[in-house]
Amino acid sequence: MVDLTVEIAGLKLKNPVIAASGTFGFGQEYAPYVDLNRLGAITVKGLTLLPRPGNPPPRLAETPAGILNAIGLQNPGVDYFAASILPYLNQFEVPVIVNIAGETVEEYAALAAKLSELNNIAALEVNISCPNVKKGGLQFGGDPAAAAEVTLAVKNNTCLPVIVKLSPNVTRIETVARAVAQAGADALSLINTILGMAIDLKERRPILGNIFGGLSGPAVKPVALRAVWQVFEEVSLPIIGMGGIFTAQDALEFIMAGAKAVAVGTANFVNPRATIDILEGIENYLRENKIKRLSDLVGAAHCKQ
Amino acid sequence: MTSYNTVNITRQDEIAPGFYLLSFKSPFLVHQAQPGQFVYLRCDNTYDPLLPRPFSIAMVDGEKNEVAILYQVVGRGTALLAQKKELDRFTVLGPLGRGFTLPPSGRLFRPKGGPKRIEPLESFPPSFLRIAVVAGGVGIAPLFFLLQRLKDLPDLTIEVLIGARSIKQLLLGPEVKSLSPQNKLHLATDDGSYGFHGPVTEILATLLKADKMDLVYACGPEAMLKTVAGLLTKYNVPGEISLEKQMGCGVGACLSCVCKTKGDKENSFLYRRVCKEGPVFPVQEIIWEE
Repeated sequence: MVDLTVEIAGLKLKNPVIAASGTFGFGQEYAPYVDLNRLGAITVKGLTLLPRPGNPPPRLAETPAGILNAIGLQNPGVDYFAASILPYLNQFEVPVIVNIAGETVEEYAALAAKLSELNNIAALEVNISCPNVKKGGLQFGGDPAAAAEVTLAVKNNTCLPVIVKLSPNVTRIETVARAVAQAGADALSLINTILGMAIDLKERRPILGNIFGGLSGPAVKPVALRAVWQVFEEVSLPIIGMGGIFTAQDALEFIMAGAKAVAVGTANFVNPRATIDILEGIENYLRENKIKRLSDLVGAAHCKQ
Repeated sequence: MTSYNTVNITRQDEIAPGFYLLSFKSPFLVHQAQPGQFVYLRCDNTYDPLLPRPFSIAMVDGEKNEVAILYQVVGRGTALLAQKKELDRFTVLGPLGRGFTLPPSGRLFRPKGGPKRIEPLESFPPSFLRIAVVAGGVGIAPLFFLLQRLKDLPDLTIEVLIGARSIKQLLLGPEVKSLSPQNKLHLATDDGSYGFHGPVTEILATLLKADKMDLVYACGPEAMLKTVAGLLTKYNVPGEISLEKQMGCGVGACLSCVCKTKGDKENSFLYRRVCKEGPVFPVQEIIWEE
């Protein structure tokens, strides 16, 4: 038996594989293919205080080894989530992490307060890094002071663990990481998507309705891995690593770079059982290499520089 | 019910230049799939192209336990798929989405001046439910499977309208004819190389104008569907159309493939998922962009 358990900011996960926000819906969509109880956790689609219609289509473009998306935080709002979606998720034992987004600091604070009154939410993931909305998102994630302000507001309105999801679209991600750590963040999610675009040659215009979108998939993995490495060296908060994780090998690279857990996103679109395949692959790796505890591997690559 | 499986190709033929009919074994899909539903399949195990592609189920063969998809090579994904041979394997997710609503059994009651409605057979003098199936090019794919199911329903008359750019892209006409002698076939080409010279929607307009249709199913290029929607609104005839959009997950999670539809309140709209609430939508729900 290998020990796959992970502890992040007091939150105990039975294994390190998390379904990433925005790629796994509210869990229901993947329940026919994945035993949700086998996952370390599910991070649900980003919620806002009020329902949001999202961006005009086209919202997705396929690029080499990746996809660009510009969904624009379409979601039914926190009240609908509480009334109609959370009861479904509560049938399962899997910890539910709720991703939250807002246009103002006050909105983040109000969302955190509302969600903290509900049962069976394991943690909040604060999205200050969505590249596809005009207000909120990057306006906070791109500026260390603003990022800290949002973090503090959320912390002051919840007793749940607060995970802050950072953007790679900054000059120094370590600086933002340190700012949110000082503001009281309990953990970090690294990374959100990388801002990009694609052009339709036939139409001679951008493919996405929003012009820009967030790049994800295997193409971003080296960038995400670098971000995890850098933040691990400078900030002592637990890290959830994400960005182009498609295989157990990818996941193990993130863990050795310093991530305690990993989130699987775009891979779900290509293989709906990607989370489980990656989990089993990690388990096999530990067994074959006679490693008793996954936690022994966290940041292992830093010791051998 | 839906599942994720690896399947074996049993046959692949180029039935017209650039158009392929690909069959694979899947007893599960044979039993579960409804006309209008699609499968999400990975053309190859590559990171580039990365995503699977959605394909409407075009045919179901209960005896051989096979389903078939019909597709046109339009990009790198479909070009890779076209190279696949018998016994090659790929992963299939499905059946997915909401398919066509099959017409209710019973006959149509049309009181003078009142709205049309379906009533039980015994109640009213017999009259057949008149259906038009309108396909543009490769849009025949989900409609062929629909025709396979309509064949077994009583009291229908079916007009099948197939249009294409030219005779080379007219697909499955003979198959539709041999599926059921009841199917009345109308063919149209843009260049006049076969059948009616002009858009297939003009044939539909003629049928609607003569008050000869009670229900319409359509699939094809967006411009064609938009014309169909306009005609059905004009003549107040119900219909369903199958849409196509670039997809991410295929299962309703990512919200990439949305189309603009009418909301609950007047003048409101909702983005609905083509992969989940669609790909088939009641025609009056769609809001068409200018």
